[in-house]
Amino acid sequence: MAKTISLPFENDICEMENLLSNLETRSGKNHPAEEEIRRIRKELVALKRLRYGNLSAWETVMVSRHSDRPQFMDYSRLAFEDFTELHGDRAFGDDRALRCGLVRIGETKLMLMGHQKGKTLAERRECMYGCAHPEGYRKAIRCMKFAEKFKLPVVCLIDTPGAFPGIGSEERGIAQLIADALKEMALLDTPIICVVIGEGGSGGALGIGIGDRIAMLEHSYYSVISPEGCAGILWKTANEETKPKAAEALRLTSKHCMKLRVIDEVLPEPLGGAHRDHKEMAGTMKAFILRSIRELKQLRGGLLVEKRYEKFRRMGEFLETTV
Amino acid sequence: MSKQPRQDGEVESGLSMSGRPKRGVPEGLWIQCPSCKATIFRKDSEAKFNICPECQHHFYLPAADRIRQMLDDGSFEEWDTNLSPCDPLEFFDRIAYQERIVKEQARTKMKDAAVVGRGYIRGRPVAIGITDFAFMAGSMGSVVGEKLTRAIEAATKLQLPLIIVSGSGGGARMQEGILSLMQMAKVSAALGRFHQAGGLYIAILTNPTMGGVAASWALQGDITLAEPGALIGFAGKRTIWNTVRLELPEGFQTSEFLLSHGFIDRIVHRKDLRTEVARLIDYCQR
Repeated sequence: MAKTISLPFENDICEMENLLSNLETRSGKNHPAEEEIRRIRKELVALKRLRYGNLSAWETVMVSRHSDRPQFMDYSRLAFEDFTELHGDRAFGDDRALRCGLVRIGETKLMLMGHQKGKTLAERRECMYGCAHPEGYRKAIRCMKFAEKFKLPVVCLIDTPGAFPGIGSEERGIAQLIADALKEMALLDTPIICVVIGEGGSGGALGIGIGDRIAMLEHSYYSVISPEGCAGILWKTANEETKPKAAEALRLTSKHCMKLRVIDEVLPEPLGGAHRDHKEMAGTMKAFILRSIRELKQLRGGLLVEKRYEKFRRMGEFLETTV
Repeated sequence: MSKQPRQDGEVESGLSMSGRPKRGVPEGLWIQCPSCKATIFRKDSEAKFNICPECQHHFYLPAADRIRQMLDDGSFEEWDTNLSPCDPLEFFDRIAYQERIVKEQARTKMKDAAVVGRGYIRGRPVAIGITDFAFMAGSMGSVVGEKLTRAIEAATKLQLPLIIVSGSGGGARMQEGILSLMQMAKVSAALGRFHQAGGLYIAILTNPTMGGVAASWALQGDITLAEPGALIGFAGKRTIWNTVRLELPEGFQTSEFLLSHGFIDRIVHRKDLRTEVARLIDYCQR
């Protein structure tokens, strides 16, 4: 197993993983250490189950940002075939933080889009750490329209800390483009399936988040504001003490989003997080997408868009007294 | 009920300045204009649409005064006055959200930040929605989202032109978490349908219109108007500074900045809003 960067709450897990892999490489069959290996394996599973079964909100945020966590480009290879990227917004440029392209799953043809954060430093700079500019959303809208024209279901993989907060982004109308995307998605006459794969940060996430089916990976988060932003507003400073408090207060985990009826499904992650087994995670996602498409294909003659409207129409909680 | 629809046509001038302290509104008989620093007699400003008589700086205007300025006397009929916020997240920071709601309600005499209803603008029937900055910075939680959505749905059904005046500093309301974010989707979907049904939506942006409000209904109008000098944008200045560490250009995120970058149709002085909106409605009459 490749060495992963360990998160603060899983040092012991990583140590044990390293020990195990050392033992495994050194020993062949019938080695005296075989018994030991079996024991460690068992303990490791128990430990992961314990730790990952009870992650705090802030720990979830850390897992969702793990540098080895599978990203858009990983899924484009692992869950889909023949990713054919479509570039450019036809107005300003090609946003590398938001990728769009045609893909297949077997016979099923799709439009795939989502945020890409990048892995190496150079790649991350190119992708702006997954923070899209107006161009990204304009490209996404263009590709959605394309999908509608050719009756391709749209799959959106959400993984962004938020839309890019910068001068150029404001000058070119980031608010306008997100507003446009929300309206277009609400009316788009083709199935839309959204999966929050890592960070579901605010308007930047929602900009490709209006779907007929919305799922979150178990250890991803979806929030109106980043825990850092929230902590900065409420406690004037975002530090190691206030960030976990903010994350907790925002109810941003998949479990909470499910309870608040904002998402339809939580997709279970491999034991110890998606970063430990990209293939398994991609498989789970693929099954969810195929199942959703099968269900949504049944809705014809405006029923799809109608149901999508009703879905979002119900969201929100308030008190209503009779006058 | 916190707010009675104003049907009798009676107006006390300057409800904004009467009694309750408001963010961004200085108190006292004399006030200093934050823009030109001139000391002005409060009543002078109030008599002139809450505008600085010296430099035309547009002060904050409460929803009730906005209605009085925009609509024909006594024509406003308020809708959905029976909605009030709850606390689905059990949100707690320095004080509990529940407690914050009660305080804001007592201070502003409003149940939440939005007022919606119908009325007439120089004899033309309209549906109107307003977000008031005084209530939790005009931020959008479930109540604001629901009231706007209902107003849009009613406007669709009644085939009324729709006017929404935004005054929202924070955008989506943090204390209602992900549910606030989803209000952006909900209102946008309703506007999408309104648009499909052929309705006219005039968005009026006032100071400030930021974040999730800007990134949804505030910028989905057929026509987008803004008051002069309003702060309009997506990310707050501090967030931008923290990200890019660049000096922000002069006049960044103002109405004038948005006009020159092509995102709003017209900047309209508060005293002319009523006339302009009436004229625009006439152009779109079928």
